[in-house]
Amino acid sequence: MKADIRVALVGNPNTGKSTLFNVLTGLNQKIGNFPGVTVDKKVGYSKLPDGRVAEIVDLPGTYSLYPKSQDESIVFSVLADRANPLSPDLVIIILDATNLKRNLLLYSQVADLKIPVIVALNMMDLAKKAGTIIDVSLFSKNLGVPVVPISARKAEGIEQLKTAISYANKIALQEDSIDVRSIAPQLIESISNELDLDNPYFALQLAHQHETLKFLSAKQSDRIEELEKEHSFHSQKAQGAETIARYNFINDLLYDTVKKPDTAGDETTSNKIDKVLTHKIFGFVLFFAILMFMFQAIFSWAVYPMELIADAFVWVQNTLHHVLPTGPLTSLLVDGIIAGLSGVIVFIPQIAILFAFISILEDTGYMSRVTFMMDKLMRKVGLNGKSVVPLIGGFACAVPSIMSTRTIENWKDRMITIMVTPLVTCSARLPVYTLLIALVVPNKNVWWFFNLQGLALTGMYVFSLVSAVVVAWVFKFILKSRERGYFIMELPVYRLPRWNNVAYAVYERCKSFVLNAGSVIIAVSIVLWVMASYGPGNRFEKIDQKYQQSQYKTVNADQLQKDIASEKLENSYAGVFGHVIEPVIRPLGFDWKIGIALITSFAAREVFVGTMATIYSVNGNADNMQSVQQKMHQAKNTQTGQPVFTFAVAFSLMMFYAFAMQCASTIAVVYRETKSWRWPAIQFAYMTVLAYAASFVAYHLLR
Amino acid sequence: MRLSQLEVGEKGIVKEFTDLEMSIKLMEMGCLPGEEIRVDRIAPMGDPIAINVSGYQLSLRKREASTIILH
Repeated sequence: MKADIRVALVGNPNTGKSTLFNVLTGLNQKIGNFPGVTVDKKVGYSKLPDGRVAEIVDLPGTYSLYPKSQDESIVFSVLADRANPLSPDLVIIILDATNLKRNLLLYSQVADLKIPVIVALNMMDLAKKAGTIIDVSLFSKNLGVPVVPISARKAEGIEQLKTAISYANKIALQEDSIDVRSIAPQLIESISNELDLDNPYFALQLAHQHETLKFLSAKQSDRIEELEKEHSFHSQKAQGAETIARYNFINDLLYDTVKKPDTAGDETTSNKIDKVLTHKIFGFVLFFAILMFMFQAIFSWAVYPMELIADAFVWVQNTLHHVLPTGPLTSLLVDGIIAGLSGVIVFIPQIAILFAFISILEDTGYMSRVTFMMDKLMRKVGLNGKSVVPLIGGFACAVPSIMSTRTIENWKDRMITIMVTPLVTCSARLPVYTLLIALVVPNKNVWWFFNLQGLALTGMYVFSLVSAVVVAWVFKFILKSRERGYFIMELPVYRLPRWNNVAYAVYERCKSFVLNAGSVIIAVSIVLWVMASYGPGNRFEKIDQKYQQSQYKTVNADQLQKDIASEKLENSYAGVFGHVIEPVIRPLGFDWKIGIALITSFAAREVFVGTMATIYSVNGNADNMQSVQQKMHQAKNTQTGQPVFTFAVAFSLMMFYAFAMQCASTIAVVYRETKSWRWPAIQFAYMTVLAYAASFVAYHLLR
Repeated sequence: MRLSQLEVGEKGIVKEFTDLEMSIKLMEMGCLPGEEIRVDRIAPMGDPIAINVSGYQLSLRKREASTIILH
């Protein structure tokens, strides 16, 4: 879509920024990366009342233009650097009307960059309810910018905001908030002359941030450094003076325009809720109850849609086998591509439920209470209260969780969090566990309503958290810290979840799972089909010749087909490969077929299920399609006649999947986040060693 | 008197800071000299604490709270 005007959305965290973005753009949005960094960039389009189209860029939430994390540093670069491809024509600053004072700090900084600005005064309904009276027209007059009262949650004031965008000035008309030049007069003068700048605040920001800004050349940065020395500039003192000046401006503004009832003595609803939710005992009980409920839900609710999807795929495969002529192409389509596809689609219900829970917990404000409660505990093992979110997010997927560690300011805490997050049971392991548990754990209820399979799964989840904590504790002693850690975090007011946001988040995650993981899985499925259908040299022809001999004429035709297929698989490329690694994995209780699955899983864990489907479908009788689980259940060891998937083998396999770094995407994201191959290499090595050891122990204990 | 010494429900007014680096982060979050602070809650394990300042709730560790000197 071609846009006529580019608008950047800026605001503090928890101000309803993403709700406003969703209301403005609807489903008309896409997520990408900001150039050069791995920060999520959300861009959408909005039709204005005059027929023009606005491109809306959602910038990461921040309290200030002085960044504390990589996410936040994007804001200044996009806003201030005129050469940035996303440089906006207009900025919408969203302010929480119930919390104006702190919100206005960011406004006053952005306003001083002299970009045309519109203020969206959000949560006006809540402010009114609390008895706060805001003189909007005086507020607007004093700032010199259009101010539009809105309620993003109720979609009120959105049309007025769009109208304000279409009438927006091309030049910045806002009043100065503070006298920026007085903070460092000579330095600002020198930098402005040197770099030919007309905005004093931009010059001052360059003085503070020049070392980390990518749009400055090394020469420019060095020159700024020289000028700072020359004028003996002290960055922290200057920043402190600026913040105090800005709050003086804000206090004056609020004194004139906002009347608040005297409620200092009243206890807020949020506080009352917190008395229970962060209680010494109830707080923890509730937290674990929520986690427990989440996993039970994933296991029991998701079953119905999953069965429907699985049945549908079996029906399609059967039908195609009947309709299409027998041959390699049909086999590739049905046993390769469609079998792989079904392995992807079938897990959407579980992923959707998991992401729905996580986004509800974040949206309501509960997640920051978890951070608050767990900080001391997490610090003992070398983590940080903020590590809780990536770790819980790790239950969904390590990739976005590792990206979310950017909110952890402390280098050591962040590295440890990155190192242990892939240990947490992610949704890609879920299909593997689901399949194996269903195979060897009886589907019975114990006590009142605890399903035995659900308990086994919960056990795997708890086990993964415990191992993450233990490994973190070990890393605490290995890594040397670089700077001091701190923990200053807003506790947002409790709010009901915004179902639209939850729905968007779930939709986005499922889509990216299907597109990213799905393409890998289907590609692997096709490679695997080829490997399983062809063998080196003329082995296949020899097998065909062997079975044409007269002694096989008396054998039942059905049995003959199965024998041929089985012998062919064993002699295929996949079979040969599996046999090569069999001696290594034999001590873990795995045969060469599981070996194939382990190899293919190194691309992505969930490929295990697809591999099993392919291996056993190729091996089976095509006219009698059964679900993967049944096939695995019937799998017998050709030598002993015993079932392949015993209790010990299944748990040994689960241990392997619990620890092994079988995820190409995670390795890639750790490399991107740490900017070195050293960390992913260390991670891969320690996880593989743990996987082999845990698997070995599990197999020999349970055998 | 330091912020870390307040009990739940007690109030104080910020006078100054003992740590420059920390003070910048605290001031950006609305914790400025002259502001009134009330301790709302202490985390179940005794740390961090939740305070009410500038009209919203902020959590910080005891060690960080001890850099804030009150009137």
